[in-house]
Amino acid sequence: MAQLLQFISSGLTVGAIYALVGLGFTLIYKASDIINFAQGEFVMLGGMTTVFVGAAGVPLPLAALIAVAVTTAIGLALHRFAVAPARGASPVVLIMITIGASVFLRGIAQIVFDKRFHSLPPLIDSDPIQFGGAAILPQSLVVLASATVIVIVLWLFIDRTLLGKAVIATAANRLAARLVGIDTRRIVDFSFAVSAAIGAIAGILITPIALTSYDAGTLLALKGFAAAMLGGIGSAPGAVVGGLSLGMIEAFSAGYLSSNYKDAVAFLIILLVLFWMPQGLFGRAKIERV
Amino acid sequence: MRALQHFTAVAAVGLSALLGAGLHASAQIKIGAVLSVTGPASFLGEPEKQTLQIYVDAINANGGVNGQQLQLIVYDDAGDANNARTFATRLVEQDKIVAMVGGSTTGSTLAMMPVFEDAAIPFISLAGAIQIIEPVHKWVFKTPHTDKMACEKIFADLKSRNLTTIAMISGTDAFGKSMRDQCVAVAPKAGVSIAIEESYGPRDSDMTPQLTNIRDKAGVQAVVNPGFGQGPAIVTRNYRQLGIKLPLYESHGVASKQYIELAGPAAEGVRLPAAALLIAEKLPASDPQKPVVVDYTRTYQQKTGQSVSTFGGHAYDGLTILVEAMQRAKSTDTAKVRDEIERTKGYIGTGGIVNMSPTDHLGLDLSAFHMLEIKGGDWTLVPGT
Repeated sequence: MAQLLQFISSGLTVGAIYALVGLGFTLIYKASDIINFAQGEFVMLGGMTTVFVGAAGVPLPLAALIAVAVTTAIGLALHRFAVAPARGASPVVLIMITIGASVFLRGIAQIVFDKRFHSLPPLIDSDPIQFGGAAILPQSLVVLASATVIVIVLWLFIDRTLLGKAVIATAANRLAARLVGIDTRRIVDFSFAVSAAIGAIAGILITPIALTSYDAGTLLALKGFAAAMLGGIGSAPGAVVGGLSLGMIEAFSAGYLSSNYKDAVAFLIILLVLFWMPQGLFGRAKIERV
Repeated sequence: MRALQHFTAVAAVGLSALLGAGLHASAQIKIGAVLSVTGPASFLGEPEKQTLQIYVDAINANGGVNGQQLQLIVYDDAGDANNARTFATRLVEQDKIVAMVGGSTTGSTLAMMPVFEDAAIPFISLAGAIQIIEPVHKWVFKTPHTDKMACEKIFADLKSRNLTTIAMISGTDAFGKSMRDQCVAVAPKAGVSIAIEESYGPRDSDMTPQLTNIRDKAGVQAVVNPGFGQGPAIVTRNYRQLGIKLPLYESHGVASKQYIELAGPAAEGVRLPAAALLIAEKLPASDPQKPVVVDYTRTYQQKTGQSVSTFGGHAYDGLTILVEAMQRAKSTDTAKVRDEIERTKGYIGTGGIVNMSPTDHLGLDLSAFHMLEIKGGDWTLVPGT
C-alpha cells in the first residue's frame, strides 16, 4: 500500500510538471493552429532568468516577476518578428519556424546564462508530507495547484470574456473575424504573450523539483506536447488530465515493470489512445464550417 | 595597440616563414591535439585546449624541450568521431607531428587509434573508457582514470564498512551505462552482490518509484548511483524524501561543487570517489600530489579565470608525460619517445601517481582516487583512503 501511494505521489509530481508545460501549448494552438515548439524554451527561460536575476541580488519574488515579464516579451517578439511575417504560410511552415526559434533561444541561453544546472528554493520549504508511508514534496502540490488555477483562469477568460471569444473567432475563421472588426494580429500576439507567461510560470515552479539548464526545454516540450496531445490539443483541462496520466503511467511502469522501459511504455500508451481517439481524450473533432 | 601587436605578430610569422622556413621548422617539435572544443563535449575539450596552450607556452618560455621549441597544433572535432579521424590523418600526413595528446571523448579516441597505430606515432588519449588501453595497443596511452577504478574504490570502501549487499540505480546516459557495466563486472571479485538494479533517464525529474523499490528490497545495505549531470542530484533529494537511511555512494562523475549546491542538505553523508585535483586545498601536506595539484589549480585559474576540472588536469598529465619522455629520450624519434612513455615511473600528476609498463598504458592504481564524504555542505576526506 505504501508502495502504491508512493508511485501515485511520484506520478502526481511528474504529471503536474507535464501538465503545467502542456498548458502552454493550448492557447497558441487555439488562436492560430500553430503548435509552438519553442514552448519548452519559455519554460527554460522562466527558470533560468529567475536563477540569474536572483543571483544578481534581486529578491526571488521580484526576480520571478522579471523572468515572467522577460519571457512574455520574448514570446511577443517571437510572434512579431518570426511568425507574423510568414502569416500566409501553412501551419507546417509556421511550426518549422517555432522549431528554429527554439534552437535559437537555446543557443542564446547557452551564451547569456551558462551550461550548468541550476536550482531554486521551493515556494514552501518544509519536510516532505507523509501519508500512509508515502512522502510527497509540498512543491509538487504547489505545481498541481498552479496548474488548476491556470486552467480555471483560462476557462473563465475564453468562455466569459469578449477577448476570449475573439480568440475563438480568430481560430475558427480569420477572415470572418477580421470582417466583424477583430484585430486578429493583436489576438495572436496576445496568445503568444500569454503562452510565454504560462511557460515562464511553469519554469519557475518546476525548477525546485526538476532543476533547469539551458537545454532543459527540449525534453520538457516533448513531454508537455505529448501530454497536450493525449488530452486533446487546445483543451486546457485536457492538458492537465493528459499530463497527470502521462506522469502516472511513467511512475507505475518504473515501479511495477522496469525503469528501463518507462518512457517506451508511456509513448506506447499515447500511440494506442491516439489510434482509437485521434482527437485525444478531451479534444473535439474538427468540424469544417461551411 | 592591439592592432599593432597583431600586425607585428603576423609580420614576424611571415618573416620567419620567408627567411628561415627550413631552419625554423626543423627546430620545432610538433605536437598534435584533436579536442572537442565545441559541441556537446565542450566541457571536456575547452579546458583541455586551454591547459595545453598554457603549458606549451610556459615550456617554450623556459627554453623548450631539448633546446627545441614546441609547436602545438589543435584541431576541433566538435565531438564528432568522423571529424576526429580526418584531423588525425591530417596531423600525420600534412603536419607531420612527433606525438599526439588528446582525443577528448572515447568515441573520437577509438576512431583515431588506427591512424596513429599505422603511422607509428605515440598517442596519449584524454578519454575515459577502459577499451582504449585494454587490450594494450603499442602506440596508445591514456591519462584519465577509468570507471572500473571508481567502482573498485567504492567497493573497497564498502568492504571496510562491512557492507556486502548493494542496490544500484544508474543513469541511462553514456557515462552511467559505462560505469554501471564496469561495476557489475568487478562486483563479484570485490565480494559485493547486487540485490536490485534500477535505472533512470538522464533528464528525469523524479526517481522515487525506483528508489521505493530499492527501499523495499530486503537485505540491501548500501546504494550506489553511477551517473552524471542533474540525475544524481535528484536521486539524492528523492533518497532523503523517502527517508532512506542506508549509505549512499555517488560516482566521480558528480565530484563538483555543483552537485552539493543542487542536492542541498540532502547530500549530507553521501560518499563518492574523487581525484585529488578537486580537493587540492584539502589534501594533507604529506600527500605527494599536493604540490602538483595546487600548482596546476593556481596556474589554470590565474590564466583562464575559471575553476579547474579534472579534464584539464588529464591534458596537463598527458603533455607532461610526453615532454618528460622526450627529455629522457633526448630525441624526437617517435619510437624512442614511445619507449620512454612506456617507461614512465613515479610520475606525480594531477590524476595520480603514474607507473606505466608494457602491459599497463595507464599506470594508475586505486590511490588515484580519494574517498570523500559530504559534511556541512563541503567535502571531507574519509580517513584511511
